[in-house]
Amino acid sequence: MKIRVERDGLADAVAWVARSLPSRPPVPVLGGVMLDAGSSDGDGGDSLTVSGFDYEVSATVGVPATVADGGKALVSGRLLADITKALPNHPVEIAVDGSRMTITCGSAKFSLPTMPVEDYPALPNMPQLAGELAGEIFGEAVAQVAVAAGKDDTLPMLTGVRLEIGEGKLTLVATDRFRLAMREFAWEPNETLSETAVLVPAKTLADAAKTLGGAGNKVELSLAANDGLLGLSGNGRRTTTRLLDADFPKYRQLLPSEHSAAAIIEVDSLVQAIKRVSLVAERGTQVRLEFVDGGLRLSAGGDDEGSAEEELPVEYTGEPVTIAFNPTYLLEGVHAVRTPKAHLSFTTPSRPALLKPVDDDGGVAPGYLYLLMPVRLPG
Amino acid sequence: MGRSANLPRGLVERFVARDGRWPDDTGCPMLHVDMDAFYAAVEIRERPELRHKPVVVGGVGNRGVVSSANYIAREFGVRSAMPTAHARRLAPHAVFLPPSFGLYQETSRGVMAIFRDISPLVEPLSLDEAFIDVSGALRRMNATSGAIAALIRTQVEEAYGITCSVGVAPTKFLAKLASGMCKPDGFMVVPKVAVLDFLHPLPVSALWGVGKRTAEQLDRVGLETVGDIAATPLPRLRKVLGVALAEHLHALAQGHDDRPVVPESKEKSIGAEETFEVDHFDRDLLKRELLRLSERSASQLRAKGLRSRTVSIKVRFSDFSTITRSRTLRVPTDLTHEVYATSCSLLDDHVPEGAVRLIGVRLEQLVEDESGEQLMFDAPERGWREAEQAADQARSKFGLGAIRPASLLGAQPRRSGATEPKPDR
Repeated sequence: MKIRVERDGLADAVAWVARSLPSRPPVPVLGGVMLDAGSSDGDGGDSLTVSGFDYEVSATVGVPATVADGGKALVSGRLLADITKALPNHPVEIAVDGSRMTITCGSAKFSLPTMPVEDYPALPNMPQLAGELAGEIFGEAVAQVAVAAGKDDTLPMLTGVRLEIGEGKLTLVATDRFRLAMREFAWEPNETLSETAVLVPAKTLADAAKTLGGAGNKVELSLAANDGLLGLSGNGRRTTTRLLDADFPKYRQLLPSEHSAAAIIEVDSLVQAIKRVSLVAERGTQVRLEFVDGGLRLSAGGDDEGSAEEELPVEYTGEPVTIAFNPTYLLEGVHAVRTPKAHLSFTTPSRPALLKPVDDDGGVAPGYLYLLMPVRLPG
Repeated sequence: MGRSANLPRGLVERFVARDGRWPDDTGCPMLHVDMDAFYAAVEIRERPELRHKPVVVGGVGNRGVVSSANYIAREFGVRSAMPTAHARRLAPHAVFLPPSFGLYQETSRGVMAIFRDISPLVEPLSLDEAFIDVSGALRRMNATSGAIAALIRTQVEEAYGITCSVGVAPTKFLAKLASGMCKPDGFMVVPKVAVLDFLHPLPVSALWGVGKRTAEQLDRVGLETVGDIAATPLPRLRKVLGVALAEHLHALAQGHDDRPVVPESKEKSIGAEETFEVDHFDRDLLKRELLRLSERSASQLRAKGLRSRTVSIKVRFSDFSTITRSRTLRVPTDLTHEVYATSCSLLDDHVPEGAVRLIGVRLEQLVEDESGEQLMFDAPERGWREAEQAADQARSKFGLGAIRPASLLGAQPRRSGATEPKPDR
């Protein structure tokens, strides 16, 4: 293999592929990045393909290159990512001779050991196309929902985002038992696709949605639910991930059908106030929200660690009430509504509270909800 | 008992209280109270016939060590922490007793309660010694610190039949030094105006932080007394001892020690462990043991109004190799079943199969439970917490066996005889 490639394109491609590699691969080859020159088939001139696969997640991206000699080579992904990131802004020459790869860029020169290509697993084929999504919408929806996914591997069913493909709409939902986020939007899947629901690892989905869903891009969603595989492609990049084989909790019954109190709050001033008062809240202890007619008083802390309070004007309907939340969970929810104002409704201080976006006319905007369990105050 | 017992007493004789009179105690709010030969004294109280005999309390087995010896036994050279076998050679006619910790704990609790009646600022250092800051009590009791010290000595002896020694001084360090130098059954005041007169003639080993090695280092540069240290410029002392120790000793030698009395040092962790009579391989049995230990430690947590953020388990194998593994929870807990579930999953995920001789559960990163409880979607509003609190109450009334997890029932020793219905067969 002997090729010449632009530094920026190469560095971006390698960085993206290396991100999905395991930090401690069970066997060294699974921590590798595959460079494949000249054998890409009809992909429109991309003649270097960079890919990675660890049996869970695969990532593939094409980079324009001038190929003198085609061929494949496998090298350590971390190392190659570190090197390409640090290269000066000059064209990069990559050559493989025997078991060494030489990278030359300007006056910098690296020589890396390669790993045997034969030992590398074949990347899964892209499953059947399920439909196309507008990149921005998909990217935003995933970000709004993945924030509520669990990070604790001991409860695998909570580390995923559930994708429900229904008639004319796509629903995304995630929960870590403390909060639940759900986004729904209209979507026309391919006719061949029947209604189904799958559970996708949240971290992988969030990473992919961020990088694939650039402005004006289409993202293609493909699915082989029976084989437990989901594919996403767009922006010249393709990724596949194994689906989680676990039962998502029955969540519809959690969604409250009514509320006895509701407030419309300006998001920016609420965010600033939460950040300020929670400075005295030791290690994620609660902020208290005290709603009275026309006003909201936030407070946190106590006599021992110091206390803080701040008042905000809000439109509030309902009896005066004090409800407390973990400040991080509350902030993440308030951020996730993505409108200048948010609608917060609840029944009692020990039942879930509901955050929803507010449209320009001051009404509740459909399509998104963030359900948050309060903190029960002592005594 | 401390090193101060070995210090030259002649130098400080004039500070000892005698015939109900003691030196000026103005500005001396710190008391250090130390029971005299505590374990031995409690044993003698229970068996007065031993009063005039040498008594040694300690491990009586092959590898036992002396925990406590009365002053008669000490005349033969018996000291705490000495192997019991050695003590037997020194004082073959002494009475050797195994320790009865329950009795000592009970006495200690009573003695500490006497202190707390006088001032809330009581800092126990162990079962048999404590610092008391009496500055708040002086006005309320219309007494001087010396009078309070005398009162404590009388009350402890009348209520518990044991004696104690009290040091009264402007600082903790001096109070502790003083109580050690007036033992046994003594009482010494270090007047605020005479602090340096008291301190400076003493050898350097009197200073808290000077062990054998440091004393040698100081001796090499000609510093023998506390006064020598006080007179040495700090930069020179730093060269000999290093920055931290030099500054610490220099301050002490000037009589400076601003440590306050901290009541009830906050607990850092709570745990329980069990060494098996025989090694066990059986995972089900190990898990039942984890349940028992989880319950023991979680109920302590609940009793103290604490929650724990980190659960850790410890497993020692037959070859004494030991592993500890811990997991930090999203939400601090005081629930037995959560502690148990976490410790089981730690066992499953991180502990290889093998012959286990000891297993333990420890709860760390404790927080006050007034920090509020993050609620969960799937937990009923009244659930495990209420059930376990109810069980705690039943146990406090009817004993530990009143309510327990069903899986632990079989492991209980069975009673025999008529009270147990015989199975039909």
